[in-house]
Amino acid sequence: MVEKTIRDVVCTFCGCCCDNLEVKVKDERVVSLRNGCALSMSKFLNYDRERLLASMQRKEGEFEEIKFEDAVNRTASILVNAKYPILYGWSLTSCEAIEMGVELAELVGGVIDNTTTTCHGPSILGVHDIGESTCTLGEVRHRADLIVYWGCNPVHAHPQHMLRYSVQSIGRFRKGRKDRKLIVVDVRKTDTAKQADYFIQVAPNQDYELLCALRTAVKGDEIEQNSVAGVPVETLEEIADLMINCEFGIVFFGLGLTMTVGKSRNIDAALSLVRELNNKTKFLIMPMRGHFNVTGANQVTAWQTGYPFAVDFSKGYPRYNPGDTSAVDILTRGECDAALVVASDPVSNFPVAASRHLSRVPLVTVDPHITPTTLASDIVIPSSFVGIETAGTVYRMDGVPLLARKLVEPPAGLRSDEEILNAILRRTRELKGVA
Amino acid sequence: MKFILLTGRTLGQGRSKEIGKLSDEYAKNVAICEFDPEDLKSLQISLGQNVRVTTKHGTVVVKAALSTQAPHRGLIFMPYGPWTSMICDPETHQTGMPSLKGIEAEATPAPEEKVLTIRELVAHISGGK
Repeated sequence: MVEKTIRDVVCTFCGCCCDNLEVKVKDERVVSLRNGCALSMSKFLNYDRERLLASMQRKEGEFEEIKFEDAVNRTASILVNAKYPILYGWSLTSCEAIEMGVELAELVGGVIDNTTTTCHGPSILGVHDIGESTCTLGEVRHRADLIVYWGCNPVHAHPQHMLRYSVQSIGRFRKGRKDRKLIVVDVRKTDTAKQADYFIQVAPNQDYELLCALRTAVKGDEIEQNSVAGVPVETLEEIADLMINCEFGIVFFGLGLTMTVGKSRNIDAALSLVRELNNKTKFLIMPMRGHFNVTGANQVTAWQTGYPFAVDFSKGYPRYNPGDTSAVDILTRGECDAALVVASDPVSNFPVAASRHLSRVPLVTVDPHITPTTLASDIVIPSSFVGIETAGTVYRMDGVPLLARKLVEPPAGLRSDEEILNAILRRTRELKGVA
Repeated sequence: MKFILLTGRTLGQGRSKEIGKLSDEYAKNVAICEFDPEDLKSLQISLGQNVRVTTKHGTVVVKAALSTQAPHRGLIFMPYGPWTSMICDPETHQTGMPSLKGIEAEATPAPEEKVLTIRELVAHISGGK
């Protein structure tokens, strides 16, 4: 078969959603990739390894193949018979599939939570408290002359971010690295920090103190200490001056703020710093979102329920109280009695206290790959990859929606998350006698 | 020796999870603990040697690795993944977010102990379901 090149492909790895990939396909396989980073190269050239190719159920400890229809039927029965099921994952699939997940959660009176809960959940809580001055990545590319990366390491987690959107990008009014300053705040001298004009090494778990001190310096108030969080006050004042005197600054922040002591309060402090800076200049802030459609999971859940993650339908209407209705808390307390995981691997990434309960309730997983979560499941339904084998809408980290395209056919018999969830939804309605 | 544990993404973790979580490549990149070079000397651990990392939430054996993001004396770093999740703090402080960075930990040489495979870890977590 003839090899063909597909241009302007959206990358479905991280929240950068770079839309300039050139993918060569031949015989319904991706054979090469241009413009990608190491992460996208690895995804697009290895996605068909360790694939799940048939629906399976666990019988006497071993997996056996079952028909897709039987897997759907059993999944619907598990969800209908559960008193408090949890539907988790969603950040590695399309908005169209997430929409169906929300409907299913409402129908079965369960909880729907997405991976935000273990990445930027505290950032969203901070935004509820303080509000957010933000923008698109395009504005950063064209206008920003001061970039701050705080508690994130884009060289490793978002390898094209600096090149396409921030310090090294060539914009309309800023022509590249020479027109921009870079500040990195981290507890380690990361590969990102090594490229910084100013590297601030903050003491572990003391970001809140440093953010508050910086805000004090921006206000022009005196800091009655020699150092804060391991940083000399003179350095803090120098950084504050740099921030005040830029024309267009932005703070990109990562899980170094959301996962450490303070959590959402760290975000409150970062948002408050940016608000303070806006009394003096133009300053913005944006979380570095991890998975390619975790932002979409928040968008869809918010426009359908009013809340961006951790939504509980057990009372028949949506409730939102992270810490109570969020996945890790529900699992650690041992409250849910069934789980549907779609496009995620919580057994790998949740603390063991949570994944232990998850793996001991009836667990259904919809995923393209064999993962620790599929290995711990009772039913596994294989799916196709969004942005490679099926099309779908995804949201970039700045909230810009993009269409991830279908490049090749999936292996025979594999369906998209959207088709699988539609089938589960139909069968659940039948079992519940809902039209 | 006592440390503060950070967990996070690395290029190797991101690349190898796409190759497959059952692959040797994934274990090589993820079942590791990165040390500052000075800390590694103090602990008398050689590169690639097995090391036991313990927190008050659990314990796990991984391989010692040299940090490329040093200096960070007193900090150890483990990539996200099932080995690291064995020792992370589930406390969310009413935010939904467990504490995955900045955890008190102890690291000790464990030359006689084995790094569990993914299948062994899953069996351990699920109680041999």
